[in-house]
Amino acid sequence: MTSTVVLMLAVFAASAVEMVEALTIVVAAGTTRGWRSAFEGSAVAVVALAAIVGAVGVPLVHLVPIDVLRVVIGALLLVLGLAWLRKAILRSSGHKEMHDEDAIYARTVAELAGDEEPTRVRRDAVGFVVAFKGVFLEGMEVVLIVLSLGSSAHKLGLAAAAAGAAAVVVAGVGVLVARQLSEVPENAMKMGVGIMLTSFGVFWAGEGSGVRWPGSDLSILALVAFFAAVTALSVMAMRRVLPGAVGRSRDGVAARLDEVAGR
Amino acid sequence: MTSALGRYVVAFGRFWWDFLVGDTPEVFVGVLVVVGAAVGLRHERTGDVVVTPLLTVAVLALSTYRGRRRA
Repeated sequence: MTSTVVLMLAVFAASAVEMVEALTIVVAAGTTRGWRSAFEGSAVAVVALAAIVGAVGVPLVHLVPIDVLRVVIGALLLVLGLAWLRKAILRSSGHKEMHDEDAIYARTVAELAGDEEPTRVRRDAVGFVVAFKGVFLEGMEVVLIVLSLGSSAHKLGLAAAAAGAAAVVVAGVGVLVARQLSEVPENAMKMGVGIMLTSFGVFWAGEGSGVRWPGSDLSILALVAFFAAVTALSVMAMRRVLPGAVGRSRDGVAARLDEVAGR
Repeated sequence: MTSALGRYVVAFGRFWWDFLVGDTPEVFVGVLVVVGAAVGLRHERTGDVVVTPLLTVAVLALSTYRGRRRA
C-alpha cells in the first residue's frame, strides 16, 4: 500500500515535470505556427507513446523473469534518478543555471519565426513536426518511468493512470497560465522526483539481486528519507564549501523575449 | 529502404547512449558498480542493505562534484 502510493506520486511528479517541458514547446509552436497543427502533432505523439507502452510494457511484465526485470529497471531508475538529483543539487546551490521555461519558449519561437509564414487555415508541417517532436521526446522519458516503475511493481495500469492524471493536470494548468510556465517550481519537483527514483532504483536493484530489505516495502520510505537528507546536506555543502554560485540570469531571457516579441 | 532503416537504428542507438551515458559517464559506470555490489553482496544481508545506498551516495557526490561551477 505504502509503496503503491509512493510509486504513483513518483510517476505523477516525474511525468508532470516532463510534460511541462513538452507543453512549453507546444505553446510556442501553437502561437507561432497555428494551434491546429500543434494540437495534431501533440495528439499523434501521445498515440505513438501509448502504443509503445502497450507493445513493450505488456510483454515485459509477462515474459521477463521478475528478478531480472527488477535489477535492470533498478539500474535504469538509478541512472535517471541520480542524473536528476545531480542537476537539482547543482541548480539549488547555484552551480548551474536554473532550467528556464521562458528561455525554451523564446528559443523555440525564435527558431519557428525564421521559417516560412504559415497559413492559418491549412495544416502547417513545421508546427506539426515541432509539436510532435517536443511531445514525443519528452514523453519517451515518461514512458520509460511508467514502464520501469509500473512493470517492476506489477502495477503498470496504476503507473499509466498516474501519468495520465499528470497529463490532465499539466494540460489544465497550461490552458490557464499559458505562457507563465516558468512559475512552475520545476527544480523543486525535479529534486523530489530524483529522490524518489533513486530510492526506487536502490530498492529494486537490491530486491532483484536477492537482498531482503528490513520491513520489505516500508524500507522505500526509509530510503526516500535517507536520500532527501543526503540531498539537503549536499546542497548546503556545495553552497558553503564549494562557492562559485551564480544568480539566475533572468535579464538575458527577458531581453530575448522582448527581442522575439519585437519590443 | 535500407538507409532509412539504418538511420532509425542509429537514432535509436543515439537516444539510448544520450539517455544512459550522455555527459555524465561517471553516473553510468557508478550505477554498474552499485548493481554489481548488490548482486555480489546478496548473501551478506546487513552488508548489502548498508553498502548499496552508501555506494549510491558516493556516485552522487562524485558526479555532483565533477559538475560544479568553478569559482
